[in-house]
Amino acid sequence: MVDFPLLSLMTFLPVAGALIILMIRGDEEIVKQNSKHMALYTSLFTLAFALFMYTRFDGSSAEFQFVEQGGWLKPLGINYHVGVDGISVFFVLLSAFLTPVCILSAWDAVKVRVKEFMVAFLLLESFMIGTFIALDAVLFYVFFEGVLIPMFLIIGVWGGPRRVYSAYKFFLYTLLGSVLMLVGLLALYAHTGTTDIPTLMESSVAPHLQYWLWLAFFASFAVKMPMWPVHTWLPDAHVEAPTAGSVILAGVLLKMGGYGFLRFSLPMLPEASAYFADFVFALSVIAIVYTSLIALVQEDMKKLIAYSSVAHMGFVTIGIFTATTQGIEGSIFQMLSHGLISGALFLCVGVVYDRMHTREIERYGGIVKNMPKYATVFMILMLGSVGLPGTSGFVGEFLVLLGVFQVNTLVAALAATGVILGAAYMLILYRRVVFGPRVNDDALSMPDLSQRELGLLVPIVLLVLWLGVFPGVVTEKIGPSVDKLITEYNAKLNAAAIVETSEAGDVQGAGE
Amino acid sequence: MIDFNLIPVLPEIFLSLIGMGLLIVGASQGNVSTRVICWSATCGLVLSALILLSVGWETRSVLGGMFVMDKFAGFMKLMIIIGLVASLALSVRYLLQEGMERFEFPILVLFAGIGMMIMVSSNNFLALYMGLELQSLSLYVLAAFHRNSMRSSEAGIKYFLLGALSSGMLLFGISLVYGFTGSVDFEVVGTTLSDLDGMPIGVTFGLVFILAGLAFKVSAVPFHMWTPDVYEGAPTAVTALFAIVPKIAAMGLLMRLLFEPFMALSEQWVQIIYFLALMSMFLGAFAGIAQDNIKRLLAYSSIGNMGYALIGVVAGSAVGAGAVVLYLFIYMIMSAGVFAVVMCMRRRGMAVYKISDLAGLSRHAPGLAYAMAILMFSMSGIPPAAGFFGKLVVFNAAVAEGYYILATLGVLTSVVAAYYYLRVIKVMFFDEPADVFDGPIPFARRVVLFICILFVLGFVIKPSVFIASSFNAASVLFAG
Repeated sequence: MVDFPLLSLMTFLPVAGALIILMIRGDEEIVKQNSKHMALYTSLFTLAFALFMYTRFDGSSAEFQFVEQGGWLKPLGINYHVGVDGISVFFVLLSAFLTPVCILSAWDAVKVRVKEFMVAFLLLESFMIGTFIALDAVLFYVFFEGVLIPMFLIIGVWGGPRRVYSAYKFFLYTLLGSVLMLVGLLALYAHTGTTDIPTLMESSVAPHLQYWLWLAFFASFAVKMPMWPVHTWLPDAHVEAPTAGSVILAGVLLKMGGYGFLRFSLPMLPEASAYFADFVFALSVIAIVYTSLIALVQEDMKKLIAYSSVAHMGFVTIGIFTATTQGIEGSIFQMLSHGLISGALFLCVGVVYDRMHTREIERYGGIVKNMPKYATVFMILMLGSVGLPGTSGFVGEFLVLLGVFQVNTLVAALAATGVILGAAYMLILYRRVVFGPRVNDDALSMPDLSQRELGLLVPIVLLVLWLGVFPGVVTEKIGPSVDKLITEYNAKLNAAAIVETSEAGDVQGAGE
Repeated sequence: MIDFNLIPVLPEIFLSLIGMGLLIVGASQGNVSTRVICWSATCGLVLSALILLSVGWETRSVLGGMFVMDKFAGFMKLMIIIGLVASLALSVRYLLQEGMERFEFPILVLFAGIGMMIMVSSNNFLALYMGLELQSLSLYVLAAFHRNSMRSSEAGIKYFLLGALSSGMLLFGISLVYGFTGSVDFEVVGTTLSDLDGMPIGVTFGLVFILAGLAFKVSAVPFHMWTPDVYEGAPTAVTALFAIVPKIAAMGLLMRLLFEPFMALSEQWVQIIYFLALMSMFLGAFAGIAQDNIKRLLAYSSIGNMGYALIGVVAGSAVGAGAVVLYLFIYMIMSAGVFAVVMCMRRRGMAVYKISDLAGLSRHAPGLAYAMAILMFSMSGIPPAAGFFGKLVVFNAAVAEGYYILATLGVLTSVVAAYYYLRVIKVMFFDEPADVFDGPIPFARRVVLFICILFVLGFVIKPSVFIASSFNAASVLFAG
């Protein structure tokens, strides 16, 4: 263990970097260069901190580690409390890993207001990491909502033609969900007298209240996830966002919803979670089948990947609410793998978009000849998204299906069709873009991946393969925390069932 | 025995002397002395703040129970003085630019301020009414201060007529309460009401009229009609003053009235305030959407914000009252910042007020645009800006007392309101630039803006100081 505030340093280092960037003055070109470098180095340092944390993280313990506590909103008894456990540690790593990737991907693509872009991204990184390490519900909410500010500006300032509409839609949709969660949080606070997450996990809430609270939290996490039918902001936001924005949106922001379910809904509101599990299964199955079918007919590459994200997130929600070891480990794995794969797929779209300035699938075709490296990278990522064994995508989906099969075979069967449909739309996309008729001359004259692009994509590809072959690196570390979660979940459910039967017995006794 | 202890009233006495002294200076020196008088008034306010801090805030009532000094009054007065200083500092250059360089302006502001300070310290309906009228009469004149402008005169007349009506209702309500309780002293009224078995219908009537009169002053729906017109018509310096200060005084008065003499009637007034809060939030959120004048937009925003503040009053607990005080404090500072930006909206010597005039501000005046964006995010209650914490404590108070529906509707309207705050950001950041604003920004305005931004962003780092002091201030209302 370490005895300096590692997590706080990691969270607020990007803010410090952003402040320094804001102070850069001088010639426009110099400001651009300096702010890019400053942002990159800051995010790399953050990544170094994250890796250091990972090496010191004790995977055999289910307890929160690197815990820091301090006074914050003292008169209300709300404290600054951060820490990581097996569930959050990989999300912190994912955030810290994808931010430098995004900054590098925007190196040449973002040409106007570079300084502001870098500031927005660093702030975003702070808020993302903060969301995953917060161990106080109000602190969590502050970070969770704070994400909206930089993301709104990233979509709105550097986005495509319909950026304003998409930025609004993203902001208002997520805000609407989140404020309901805020009321839920306050109600939880009013009933338990604390907003400390570890304490909340151990306290129990009356069943009739649980249902309302669960719905309030669900409103927020389902929109963030996004689940059908509140997913419609995602395709718009993805299509209009700049490449780096799409990467971080798909890579990290969507995971906040799933993380929220794991951190709040399941441990704090177990009875309601069990009660609403079928409801979640239904929505997720619809999401998987329906959005996969929509993805089949998309003509816009980004939109197709966006819809595939909704489908993949459907697996995550199913896995979480099976409340089985395989299901939950699978959904965490699926979130990590989806974060890498879809992030990288958006980078791939960005690569060809930078050259042709269109995302229409029609406008490409046969580019395997002039871009062989690109075709290879794209293929591995595409297969990862499909869930081919040997890639990380397979592990997540397989574990989730294994988990849900123990709970509900029908849901398992329907979800499995999503895998087939996923293969269909991804393979069609790949065929049309990379192979297919060689009709578009401008597409055929595109240069292959540059050094910088290769440097971005290859590490992700290697990670995808590595996690596919050795999933144990992840599952070993998350195992104890997941086991603890499930044990406590079942214990609470059993306790509630005992109370219920004894109450029913009392009523019967009174009736006689 | 008559109590001649005037020490708790010293800040008011000092300010009155300063005001009258400056009046003599102005009368002999003429309008050229406006700037000097403005800054002297500001210095006077700062000095009175120091006096206020040194008189001691332990609870005591003087002048035969007319005037009470306690932690609540002290804190509210401090807020009022800060607000007055900010609005005076913002207005000086504006008066010169608009050709309204008349020495009465700072003096009227001072007298309005004295009225407000008496309001939050009043412990008697007569003192209340005197303070209220001193404030209102000064503000009526200020609203019409731009004599050559039709809009300003219209605003002044509108404000005066509706204000007079509301004062009339307030007086009528006071007379009913006096008739049924036999006293105008808050403490006597309070004990009489709590000793009564059944509540006489006349007292309830009186309460309703008093609340209607005060709702007008805080511009709560359905007594809000004057707000958009007066905000739009009055000179911006005066609008800034309206947005920043009088609502604090009126809210302070309302809280003292409801939590002290009328606490026994809480069942009755909770329903009324509940309705006022709900309607204000809804109207503030929905009516703001269609506005294209920034001053009208801010008027609706202030209506909505008063709705959120009233939620804390509905909660009717010490936590709720503390939440209202904190909310008002944060709102005051945000408004000061926003109006500092609005006053910078000038092209070729003319003030412009269209939201579209802000287009592309982030290109030609990035500092101003970022300041405004931060303030707008804060106003819409997005963390980590200070505005979020204001909303957090208010909704927390409501939920703690079981007002789930009110809190839920409140947060939903805040999403609607977020739309128009976002529109300002959208215009500044996403739209193509319009013409450049006149520069440079006056020094005093820069300072005010800088302090506001520092507060809004820095609040998250050390919130407990402000939360503790405002909760501490409000707790005395529940001490008895």
